[in-house]
Amino acid sequence: MNLRAKAVRAAWSQFMIVVSGVCAGACAAVLAIVVAYVIGKGIKAIDWTFFTKLPTPVGVPGGGVANAIVGSIEIIAMASLAAIPVGVLAGIYLALFGRGKLAALVRFFSDVLTGMPSIAIGMFAYALVVIPTGHFSAVSASVALAVIMLPIVVRTTEEAVRLVPTMIREGALALGIPAWKATLLVTVPVARPGIVTGALLAVARVAGESAPLLFTAFGSQFWSRGVGQPTAALPLVIFTYANSPYADWQQIAWGCAFVLVVLVFALNLTARLAFSSRVAAN
Amino acid sequence: MSQESVELARATPAPAAPPVRARTSPTGDRIFSFALFFASYVVLAVVAGLFIVLLQRSWPAIQAIGLRAFSNVWSPNDGQFGVLSFIYGTIVSSFVALLVAGPVGIGAALFLAELAPRKLAAPVAMLIELLAAVPSIVYGLWGLYALAPFVRTYVGPALQHALGFLPIFQGPIYGVGMLTGGLILAIMVVPTVAAISRDVFEAVPRDQREGMLALGATKWEMMTKAVLPYARSGVIGALVLGLGRALGEAMAVVLVIGNKPQIVASLFAPGYTMASVLANEFSEATGKVYISMLIEIGLLLFLVSLVVNVAARLLVWSASGRGAR
Repeated sequence: MNLRAKAVRAAWSQFMIVVSGVCAGACAAVLAIVVAYVIGKGIKAIDWTFFTKLPTPVGVPGGGVANAIVGSIEIIAMASLAAIPVGVLAGIYLALFGRGKLAALVRFFSDVLTGMPSIAIGMFAYALVVIPTGHFSAVSASVALAVIMLPIVVRTTEEAVRLVPTMIREGALALGIPAWKATLLVTVPVARPGIVTGALLAVARVAGESAPLLFTAFGSQFWSRGVGQPTAALPLVIFTYANSPYADWQQIAWGCAFVLVVLVFALNLTARLAFSSRVAAN
Repeated sequence: MSQESVELARATPAPAAPPVRARTSPTGDRIFSFALFFASYVVLAVVAGLFIVLLQRSWPAIQAIGLRAFSNVWSPNDGQFGVLSFIYGTIVSSFVALLVAGPVGIGAALFLAELAPRKLAAPVAMLIELLAAVPSIVYGLWGLYALAPFVRTYVGPALQHALGFLPIFQGPIYGVGMLTGGLILAIMVVPTVAAISRDVFEAVPRDQREGMLALGATKWEMMTKAVLPYARSGVIGALVLGLGRALGEAMAVVLVIGNKPQIVASLFAPGYTMASVLANEFSEATGKVYISMLIEIGLLLFLVSLVVNVAARLLVWSASGRGAR
């Protein structure tokens, strides 16, 4: 009797372990299905003109999304220029000096900011930049993306700098090096792999963001005429073309999705594989 | 030493501070510590700025519409700005998402943290993290062309066949609709739930597990009776964080939910959410009140997410001991 109860419990345990394994497997399977679908549909759209030509009107073959690729790069580059230095400095502050109330607040609100809807952040950039300047622009899009990147950079930098042994810094200080030089020239270089990982993850996160670009970059069929003008971006092309009834436009949307997925995965894998091992080695 | 550098960083901005400073290069240190403080305040300023700017721009609508915003009719051309159907759609689609993603995510986390051999756990965990990295617009595109037809031909009829007596599974199945929106959100929320639950499980002390096993529990009993109760607040935090992600998601939902402002019981019917109405209508909105009203929806979304995220972070922090350091 007792033995049978035990056998039942053991069997139930085994069964539930399999169920939980199926849960994990299902998540991985969904990823595989989505990625396979995007690759299957998208690869057909990829050719030389896709990367080099401007969009064409419906029915005119030979269109590409060169302007959107350049626009995306432009917007992400400006956002990175703003968010990465500020985020790294704030991360250093949290890791080395962050014990008071200010640090707790910064830590808490950067985590909260990570969970903010990107569309609300886009709206913020719209209200802050687009309304006063009077036009949609690449700059306003960069403001939105920078806000999204900032907390990611802050928290990963903090983690990375915290891993640096204090002795290294103490050694530098003991030699009479001023604190700022000890931080920037001794501590930060040791933490660099981790900081780069964080920056790459932040770029990967915003590279595919479309919601904040809707009312900031706005999109365009032409080459960007400057950072103060409406600018095309890859995620926006997907949104515009996905809803269109024309097969060749939908095809381009799949092509853009393919490019984005490849880009984002490449960034993620580089960040995780290449740098995590070096952080561990340090 | 690090104590001294703390003093240093704190003391430098105040000129009257006692002379505990380093003996070399006070100017460099002063500039550096100013830069550090400035950068930290930027984070706080951004959060405050989000609130202030959104409130300021939605003020015209708050004044013009007031509490009538919480009515049911959304018809901007007639000056009717009731957001109730968006709130309803946001809640229902997020609820469907959590209903699917919650058990699957927690199950996956238990498997990865406790049961899987290490060699299997690491790659599977990375795949699940990559699931979170796929851009939301790509999920939307896939949802529109692959998931929506799948729901129309297989999932919907099957649910109707089995549970058709429930009002939520009645009516015509279009493919795009609340259910499809919820399922897409579930896919996007699962990595959040799984990754954070896994962190929380891994923070459960070993002796809790060993004690349970020593009492003769099976592995599954150990997990449900020792690990899960210990990690409860963290798991709830993970779910709430997932909820936050679902509430604010715009681009994936806007392509698959049907974008129709209505409150109906059927999950097969089209709906609308707060985030998707912003994505869909903002660029074509005309008139001061209309635009301002949409910004007010953005403000509402910000406030809801703020509450949800604050609650979630407090739960997760208390469970995993993060943030305390």
